[in-house]
Amino acid sequence: MAELLEVKNLSVSFQTPQGEIEAVRDVSFSVKAGEALAIVGESGCGKSVLCKSILKLLPPSAQIKSGTISAGGADITAIPEREMRKLRGRLFSMVFQDPMTALNPTIPAGRQIAEAVCVHRPRMPKAEVRRRADALLELVGLEPEKARLYPHQLSGGMRQRCVMAIALAAEPQILFADEPTTALDVTVQAQILDLLREIQRILGTATVLVSHDLGVVARVADRVAVMYAGKIVEIGTAEEIFYDPRHPYTWGLLLALPACAREGEPLRAIPGAPPSLLHPPKGDAFAPRSRYALAIDYEETPPMFQITETHFAATWLLDRRAPSVESPVKGGFYG
Amino acid sequence: MAEILLDVQEVSCRFPMPGRTVLRAVDGVSFQIRRGEVFGLVGESGSGKSTLARCIMNLCRPSAGKIFYQGIDIWDKKQFRENRKRLQTARQIIFQDSTSSLNQRMKAADIIAEPMVIHGVTPPRGSWRAEAAFQLHYVGLDASYLDKYPPELSGGMRQRVAIARALSMEPEFLVADEPVSSLDVSIQAQILNLFRHLQEEHGFTFLFIAHDLPVIRYLCDRVAVMYRGKIVELAPAETLFADPRHSYTRALLASVPLPDPRRERARKPVEFGEFSTAGTLRELAPEHFVLTEGCG
Repeated sequence: MAELLEVKNLSVSFQTPQGEIEAVRDVSFSVKAGEALAIVGESGCGKSVLCKSILKLLPPSAQIKSGTISAGGADITAIPEREMRKLRGRLFSMVFQDPMTALNPTIPAGRQIAEAVCVHRPRMPKAEVRRRADALLELVGLEPEKARLYPHQLSGGMRQRCVMAIALAAEPQILFADEPTTALDVTVQAQILDLLREIQRILGTATVLVSHDLGVVARVADRVAVMYAGKIVEIGTAEEIFYDPRHPYTWGLLLALPACAREGEPLRAIPGAPPSLLHPPKGDAFAPRSRYALAIDYEETPPMFQITETHFAATWLLDRRAPSVESPVKGGFYG
Repeated sequence: MAEILLDVQEVSCRFPMPGRTVLRAVDGVSFQIRRGEVFGLVGESGSGKSTLARCIMNLCRPSAGKIFYQGIDIWDKKQFRENRKRLQTARQIIFQDSTSSLNQRMKAADIIAEPMVIHGVTPPRGSWRAEAAFQLHYVGLDASYLDKYPPELSGGMRQRVAIARALSMEPEFLVADEPVSSLDVSIQAQILNLFRHLQEEHGFTFLFIAHDLPVIRYLCDRVAVMYRGKIVELAPAETLFADPRHSYTRALLASVPLPDPRRERARKPVEFGEFSTAGTLRELAPEHFVLTEGCG
């Protein structure tokens, strides 16, 4: 399958009065047509910045320091804003975390969807636009009567469905979803996740899901990238990440989940806190919090070690000179 | 059986809405919390969990019903006045949103010491500052954060300052309104371990409100499920997760995504409709109460 999106050695920094914040550091990954890639990590690890830098939605204080982004075969790293506007919506679009702030409270939901259609097809007749908006509503599972309602008259789940309809208006090839269910209830979350999968199946849209919730990721993703302190530390298929993780940070994330707690034992929390990206530490950024840290982790950044054709992890534990360490989560939790 | 610490009897809380409608945020809820247990309250947003917590903490007057804390009717003016000191020190609450529940113009040290200053507690460790440092250390932050203002801290750190403030009074009853929902997995595990430690070592009693079911399962002894202002099911945690009886509880449990891709992919899309809130709570098995219609 062709690579739809390819990011190579991307680094993004923010200029602040305190100094330069290295939010994304040397990240490489690719997305194939029709697949769902999830990016997991804790808050502040750079996962949202990574998405926004691909869509060029970052504030002026941010700067792409190095690396290339190519989408649909063309290099889009430095293309001007005018060209970028043509790509947004058609090639990729985004669903944001909070559906309340993503919608305009003074315009009925249906009109906002129609507006998105009009922007991409300026010469489309009115009746046609309305039909298209109704079709989009149906696609995201809303009745046509809901089109006349204002965002505040809709529930959180319905609002998120509207946002998704807008994002899908121009049939993008890649849909970015930045924590699409964080603001929603568990029951509503399940419905939205089912919808995401459904859309991916019907339209063949590739999905890039950003989330901190490993349960959500397990439900949607084909492939998973784990981010820590601005770097992708492990990437592989969902099975590889959940059943045979190799990076100590991925182990820590999985073990800390209450769903994985052993009866009568305290949760295995990761000690300490993530490092500041103002002056990122030398070597493996996770080393100070890791039980398995080696001396070299404090000195030199580990390269991406290949484990299988699809599975890569950046930890010195995979080097042939490293002592062998038994993975604490081998085989997953539920057999 | 352990002593009943909190007794909630038929509490309702209604809010007038525009157009002569009334929102029944809490609708005839009764339950008891025993000393030393962690009582969980789950439900979707708008189901009345937080309103109920506010009623229990004397922050929002219930429209009907009574709440007894160790036999004191907390909404009776005379009884409240007589036991004011005890009610205000022995019960503490941790709010959901630490951005709005901490004063932005106070340093962490002053925020944590404030309840002790108000109630005139003699600092057992010499000074207010030493006391604040102790509490901060307890929740896993070092003394360098004492002079920080809330906006300088991350969400997880702020939440821990809020927890330290509640713990500074050494309460016997702690209401925690979604204390970990804004935290990352690794920090969340640290806080949950702390709560567990407080219950086991210091005999704290918790009313723990959350929407994250694995967290509830891990921490709570008994769980009540709320839907549209009513408790639809109340049972010991293990029973509830092993044998849910009410249709809403079943839907809720079925929609929790687990970190297991193979199982998640095999799962069928969840169907949702309206759930019944009619009927009365009946004890179907020992300690297991379910809202059922008729004589089910």
